[in-house]
Amino acid sequence: MSTRLAKGGRLINRAAPVEFSFNGKRFRGYEGDTLAAGLLANDQMLVGRSFKYHRPRGIVASGPEEPNALVNLGSGARLEPNQRTTTTELFDGLESTSQNHWPSLEFDIGVVNNTAARFLPAGFYYKTFIHPRPFWKHVFEPIIRRSAGLGKAPTTGDADRYEQVYAFCDVLVVGAGVAGLLAAKAAADAGSRVILLEQTPTLGGRAPVDDTEIQGQPVDAWLTAIEADLAARDNVTIRTRTCGFGVYDHGYVLADERVADHTPGDGRPKHRLWRIRAGKIVTATGAIERPLSFAGNDIPGVMLASAVRDYVTNYAVSPGDRTVIVTNNDSAYHTALALKSAGLDVPAILDAREVADGALPEAARAAGIRVLTGKAIAKVKGSKRVNGVAICAQAGEGAVQEEIACEAVAMSGGWSPVVHLWSHCGGKLTWDEGISAFIPDPSRPPLNHDGSAMVEVVGAAAGDLSLTGSSVAIPPVWVMPQGAPIQLRSKMWLDYQNDVKVSDVQLAAREGYQSVEHTKRYTTLGMATDQGKLSNINGLAVLADALGQEIPQVGTTTFRPPYTPVTIGALAGESRGEIFQPLRRTPMHEAHEKAGAYFEPVGLWRRPYCFPRAGETHEQAVHREVLNTRTNLGLLDASTLGKIIVKGPDAGRFLDMLYTGVMSTLPVGKCRYGLMCNEQGFLSDDGVVARIDEDTWLCHTTSGGADRIHAWMEDWLQCEWWDWKVYTANVTEQYAQVAVVGPNARKLLQVLGGMDVSKETLPFMQWADGTLAGFPVRVYRISFSGELSYEIAVPSSHGAAFWAACVDAGRALGAMPYGTECLHVMRAEKGFIMIGDETDGTVIPQDLGLDWAISKKKADFLGKRGQERVYLASPDRWKLVGFETLDGSVIPDGAYIIADGTNANGQRNVQGRVTSTYYSPTLKRGIAMGLLKQGPARNGEVVEFNTVAGGTVKARVRDMVFYDKDGEKQNV
Amino acid sequence: MSDPVSALNGASFQGFASIREIGPIGMITLRAKGLKSLDKAIKSVTGTKTPAQRRIEVNGDRACGWMSPDEYLLILPYAGVADALAKLAKSLSGEHHLAVDVSDARAVFRIEGDKAADVLRKLFPVDFEVLEPGEMRRSRAAQVPAALWKQDQGFTLVCFRSVATYVMGLLTHSAQPGSEI
Amino acid sequence: MLILECPYCGVKADETELSPGYEAHLKRFGPGASPEEFEAYMFARKNPKGVHFERWRHSYGCGKWFLAARCTATLEVFGTYSSQVSEPPADIIAKIQARRPGWQPDGKVTK
Repeated sequence: MSTRLAKGGRLINRAAPVEFSFNGKRFRGYEGDTLAAGLLANDQMLVGRSFKYHRPRGIVASGPEEPNALVNLGSGARLEPNQRTTTTELFDGLESTSQNHWPSLEFDIGVVNNTAARFLPAGFYYKTFIHPRPFWKHVFEPIIRRSAGLGKAPTTGDADRYEQVYAFCDVLVVGAGVAGLLAAKAAADAGSRVILLEQTPTLGGRAPVDDTEIQGQPVDAWLTAIEADLAARDNVTIRTRTCGFGVYDHGYVLADERVADHTPGDGRPKHRLWRIRAGKIVTATGAIERPLSFAGNDIPGVMLASAVRDYVTNYAVSPGDRTVIVTNNDSAYHTALALKSAGLDVPAILDAREVADGALPEAARAAGIRVLTGKAIAKVKGSKRVNGVAICAQAGEGAVQEEIACEAVAMSGGWSPVVHLWSHCGGKLTWDEGISAFIPDPSRPPLNHDGSAMVEVVGAAAGDLSLTGSSVAIPPVWVMPQGAPIQLRSKMWLDYQNDVKVSDVQLAAREGYQSVEHTKRYTTLGMATDQGKLSNINGLAVLADALGQEIPQVGTTTFRPPYTPVTIGALAGESRGEIFQPLRRTPMHEAHEKAGAYFEPVGLWRRPYCFPRAGETHEQAVHREVLNTRTNLGLLDASTLGKIIVKGPDAGRFLDMLYTGVMSTLPVGKCRYGLMCNEQGFLSDDGVVARIDEDTWLCHTTSGGADRIHAWMEDWLQCEWWDWKVYTANVTEQYAQVAVVGPNARKLLQVLGGMDVSKETLPFMQWADGTLAGFPVRVYRISFSGELSYEIAVPSSHGAAFWAACVDAGRALGAMPYGTECLHVMRAEKGFIMIGDETDGTVIPQDLGLDWAISKKKADFLGKRGQERVYLASPDRWKLVGFETLDGSVIPDGAYIIADGTNANGQRNVQGRVTSTYYSPTLKRGIAMGLLKQGPARNGEVVEFNTVAGGTVKARVRDMVFYDKDGEKQNV
Repeated sequence: MSDPVSALNGASFQGFASIREIGPIGMITLRAKGLKSLDKAIKSVTGTKTPAQRRIEVNGDRACGWMSPDEYLLILPYAGVADALAKLAKSLSGEHHLAVDVSDARAVFRIEGDKAADVLRKLFPVDFEVLEPGEMRRSRAAQVPAALWKQDQGFTLVCFRSVATYVMGLLTHSAQPGSEI
Repeated sequence: MLILECPYCGVKADETELSPGYEAHLKRFGPGASPEEFEAYMFARKNPKGVHFERWRHSYGCGKWFLAARCTATLEVFGTYSSQVSEPPADIIAKIQARRPGWQPDGKVTK
């Protein structure tokens, strides 16, 4: 059994015991433990079930490469699935549960898959369940979904906070092992601003476990000294528990700091995402030990040799009294020696090499350990935990020579440098025969903005494995024993998490898969949450062998960020809840909230859609607002309307280019409706332009269009007509704007008092400055409803007060606030177009019957050449008309006008579509506008729209103005 | 007429730094370039020299910030804007320029305390270690445009009025006690 | 995540402070232009693998449009410059040629 040793453990604090639980069982550990160390210390060897076969699985590794030991951590609003026990720091009260089994970890019904494993080969999902088609959705998928999948998704919102931070440095060092520390010190000595990231809580990397002295000093003393040295420097920032997980263009690096994973609920953000811009990136990310492929290499108790010595040295955890070592290199001998010095038994070291005569093997022999060269494991014995190994010759086919009883197996198949960060932005790799691994090729680095190498790799990540003792050439051992038959190969796991075996990759090769990228997807090798940190090279080697090619010829799969999984919370950062996105509020927003407004998004703005009263539906509220505005008085918050000032000697000329109509001739004091098109001639925005003085115009844009149109103006002024003397300013938010609409509109302004707004002084399409109720205002006599209407602009700081004044004074005149839907209904009753409803980026003004707003005299304006394209003059274009249903009903939103026959795809032909459709409370019937082939030429014809239910509704084509055709209501 | 009300009516938050919405403050966007009378016109309103690229010249409750090669932000007491616009119109008369009141289009925040920069480092893609005193930086606060500069043991941040609630939310989130960097 | 230095305000801007504006140095064709000219102006875009000229707006900063010479394959930036020119200036061309010997702007024959 695995257990806690009586002494030792450099990372644990025996004075600080903690209690934690696993599947409801209470365990004790120490501060400084990882969850994995705590579980092993309590003999919890079995921690999960595998993905496909539901095989019992235990802890394999001691770092982020762990494929098996993933758990659900926490509960309720702090539940996190798929947390690696090997990187989870233990804290008092930690709750964990195992994953991927049913009904229990010890007894899993899904394990029946085990005996049926030969029916679940590579490409299983692609080969099976294809036919009959409906079976996939209704039969196979539900079954597979129940038995597959990792972890449980939380059902409540996350209780924790997350944040992000931007950081800048000259040199970013990722990884604070010896190589990283030295790189950071060198950069700091050179005066650079340095950030040093370390994913674990402590500095030093593998050195404290694998080494005895550095630069002639004891490891601990050396580390203490360099840590103190770096910490004392102003130009060095050290962040522990921070994993640099992605390298992006121009020195951009993302890192995830696990601020409070180990102190949940202490008020600190759980994670902090670092967005680092570095002049240069040094990766000192070390190397990851590879498993060996032998039968039963996934049974709990089979661990990486480096992990075994980590548990012994760092946490004083014994994986078992007797540990057999199996290796193809010297580094595993460290483990044998560490176990021995902890007083544990190492019955044998099985070394696949014929000769093992380095310093470490000799030291092992000297310590009295039995070293067997040329040997391999034929089979691991046991099911839920290891109870022995059967030994065979590596050169043979697996004939058992001897069986050795043991509780653990420590394996080492060599080391793979962590080249991920080097590769993220295109750094190339080269195959190193000596260590049988891919290493960065410094002659083909990822490039920075100036063409220089963006990333430099140091230490073990660059292939320097001297620290681990495995720097001497190792014979590649990809399958153990070398001639293993299918019975053994189908029990050799390559990818533990996705249950991919040696036999699966070989099968894929036999079925014709040659590219490593295809094989990966077909077998799912390396596609689990560990992204194949343990399995990639072994799998690649097996594939290369099956294809009869060299490994470099087959190549490796592409490394992409993130290096380790990053929680969505960290990526979202502050963008959650109320500040998920910026919501724009008008100065009157609070008043609308108090009035019970129902809001709708208009771009990022929130605008009242309607103001429902008690017992009213939204529809009823809209109808009331329409009727009241048409008979009494309506108040609309129009503050969101875009307002752009255009000034200068060339402003008139500029606006004549921008608008389809002529603005230069607009007299001071007057307003004119205008259309803007893009260069293709398609309608882009509309609004009323007011001439303020000789060289100043104010352009109103749509609510959603202000920023876009301002940018559009600046684009032309800066990039095309830069010698024109024109300045623009977007003053949208400077003014709150209130539309006072309806027969009593003038009366309200007279009650407010302060300026003459009579028909004579302020006729339709004019504006005037003045005061109303003491507020400084600019009043535009314009109408988007067909009613007598004034739009009144006041400085935003007075917006709320002015709105309140209008509401108060309006009460006696029957005033009611109205929302955007009422605005829409009223403008549709008048046949006014709305950008985004009648337009969709393929509509020219001529399609909408707006020829009157297009100058025929101007030599040029934006979109003129586009509109001259031949196909836009076709009489068959869909053009805007009005529709009246024969039965008075409302045409559904988005309905098409059907035509005879079907198209090449067998779909019903169409000849138009509805663009605006409403119930008109004024006319008490459905009204609509829409685009129809040949448009107004078909006035009086009856056409059919499809409906959601599948039927059709008949409507008569008519003109677009449903209400007050002569405009008598607005001209009073 | 009522008194002018700033976007959040002086809302504040005390975290590991203090956050205050201030205002109303007078602001004028002045667009002009290479005019003879420009320096004099600016001086007449803010009492400062014309700022160089990315600088802000502060003079008590008045200031002039460089917004772009042809744009300045003049800051002054709210009540003085109309007079200032008249002065500008007079001193720049006949020369191509645009001066417009934007006092009500903005919200202004003060972020103060020893760790004020840490609040902002969480929101702006800006290197605060090299931001000089008197340097005005236009960038973004999370998802919205904003400008800021160091002033009197803290920072002044200017954003659009409509997103004041959002920016206050950002600053509050970033200044939570315990989230010091 | 590119960094481009805005030539107007000198800020080394993060890509998130900028808005892209696609290909630079397009010549506008208005009324009277032939269909071919209009097509070239409206639709024909180079999209090269290699040296490319682009429009960017410092939209979260000074608001100015500027132009950038950049390698679309390696993301090297050769330089940024004023948008108020109709072709890449000589110093930008020299910078590109220093890093891409033999490269010539469009319409110029390699010697």
